[in-house]
Amino acid sequence: MIQRLLAGERVLRKKEKTSRRRMSRQTRENIFGYLFISPWIIGFLGLTLGPLLFSLFASFTDYNITSRMNFIGLDNFKRMFTIDDLFKTSLWNTLYYVLFSVPLTTAGAIFLSVLLNQKVRGMKFFRTLYYLPAILSGVAVYFLWMQLLSPSTGLVNTFLAWIGIEGPAWLFDPEWTKPALLLMKMWSVGGGMLLYLASLQGVSASLYEAADLDGAGVMQKFFYITLPMISPIIFFDVLTSTIGAFQIFQEAYVMTENGSGGPGNSLLFYNLHMWNNAFEVFDMGYASAMAWLLFIVVMVLTIINMKLGKKWVHYEGEIINENCRSTEVL
Amino acid sequence: MRTAAAPKFYETKKFKDNLKQTIIFIVLLAGSVLVLSPLWWMISTSLKSPAEIAQYPPTFVPKEFHFSNYVEAWKTAPFTRWAMNTLFIALCGMAGSVLVNSLVAYAFAKIRFKGRNALFIVVLSTMLIPGFVTMVPQYILFSKLGWVNTYLPLIVPAFLGSAFFIFLLRQFMMSIPNELIEAAVLDGANHLQIWWHIMLPLTKPALITVAIFSFNGAWNDLLGPLLYINDESLYTLQIGLQTFKGTVQTQWHYLMAMSVMVLLPVVLLFFFFQKHFIEGSNIASGTKG
Repeated sequence: MIQRLLAGERVLRKKEKTSRRRMSRQTRENIFGYLFISPWIIGFLGLTLGPLLFSLFASFTDYNITSRMNFIGLDNFKRMFTIDDLFKTSLWNTLYYVLFSVPLTTAGAIFLSVLLNQKVRGMKFFRTLYYLPAILSGVAVYFLWMQLLSPSTGLVNTFLAWIGIEGPAWLFDPEWTKPALLLMKMWSVGGGMLLYLASLQGVSASLYEAADLDGAGVMQKFFYITLPMISPIIFFDVLTSTIGAFQIFQEAYVMTENGSGGPGNSLLFYNLHMWNNAFEVFDMGYASAMAWLLFIVVMVLTIINMKLGKKWVHYEGEIINENCRSTEVL
Repeated sequence: MRTAAAPKFYETKKFKDNLKQTIIFIVLLAGSVLVLSPLWWMISTSLKSPAEIAQYPPTFVPKEFHFSNYVEAWKTAPFTRWAMNTLFIALCGMAGSVLVNSLVAYAFAKIRFKGRNALFIVVLSTMLIPGFVTMVPQYILFSKLGWVNTYLPLIVPAFLGSAFFIFLLRQFMMSIPNELIEAAVLDGANHLQIWWHIMLPLTKPALITVAIFSFNGAWNDLLGPLLYINDESLYTLQIGLQTFKGTVQTQWHYLMAMSVMVLLPVVLLFFFFQKHFIEGSNIASGTKG
């Protein structure tokens, strides 16, 4: 009797085991999946979402690290627009930089990629060479440009003098500090160039042959074939470089005296002002409010970009398939 | 092949093509001069005497080559120490980036777990968040953990994944056939084994790209060390160089010599792994892979 019961139990257990194994295939995939992405989940919660929510909360307080967080409502935001004059300056400087750097670098990168997509001797060498500045960054490069832009003995003004132009004082003249940074930015346009080059190589030659038969000129081919065909990458590049340009900080921090923002605050960018508020005077509440305003501005611009993108980004069947294959969920 | 009605030689397609190529070649060559001249200027300045740097009009080739500038500049501050610190941080970060991002990317590419696609969209959208928004709370977090003035804030985040690298590696892994994984599953391998024995070797080119990019990022990072490192003995090269400017303001020959030395590893890495740099950017564009 007992033996029978035990045997029955054994059978039951066995059944349970097999059915659990069968059921568990998906469960196991889930466990492995979440286990594998757990570092990212920890990072996302701890370093992105948590901080995001914390700074949202802090933006309504007068937190300064040592104090308690006193809720002060919208005072931080009021302060930006009414009391803090440097806020407006920093916002204007940043918008100026975004407005010029994004179109200039995009156009520069496209122009360069079209040139580097031709069949010319030594092209591999040229591509490497033009890409080189894009990998150089950091303090050393900023020092180099401070030297290049030196008003009397710098290389830039020496070049200009050759063609009969008296160069400005660049980093010492409030009107020329931002163009100076734009010039520096243009030097490393090679990073974007590479994106476009990859995309250009995917444009089918038959399109150009057909256009040749129709007697299209160089410009027509560029505007009616090349640009539409690479528009998804232009879109991607504009989106990411806009977000990047809003974050300009290091250049101004290193190239101005103690991160002061340069002559006449002309290089006091939004992030530099925020940095000074957060880590010089430890006004964390106010800095958080500034950070959130920036976040909202960038998000709104991204959404506008995406809406507008639908109008001008051209997805050829071929490209859609390609993208679907490689990015699936996108 | 010429017939009586043949076009004149300057009207032939061949001539036009050659002309076009020559013009482009010349434009590119002129551009190269513009691209390289800043680097030439840096090296040239680093070899000049202070008197020659101040001289007007400036000289392009130093009259005398002061190679000793390099030795003297290196001696003005504990640069050897700083270089070692930077190397340590960069190598740790590199190891973390390669292992963790590949693990996460493998899950997003090849494991069918619940909510995978939704989570992947979250990964991508984190790329849109400006880093400055999370900076203040992150600083508070790390300071409450007692991590300020240690390398932990600079190294640990590398072990928690980066959206850009996850995206790049996932793109690459998507192109590896599922049959390979199914076969391994039939042989009784679990995902950890598949990742280690199959995925890592097969994605080597992409892993090298991630390794180089993360090394470069850590080597050039100014913001992180600026926020978290106070002790001079713990400085990295970037922050050392940045403070160096204040103390040796007008000594451009030293500043440029230091700049050359700080950039040199990056340039060498670039020429050595040039192919991977270029492929890495292509993969990242999502047009290839």
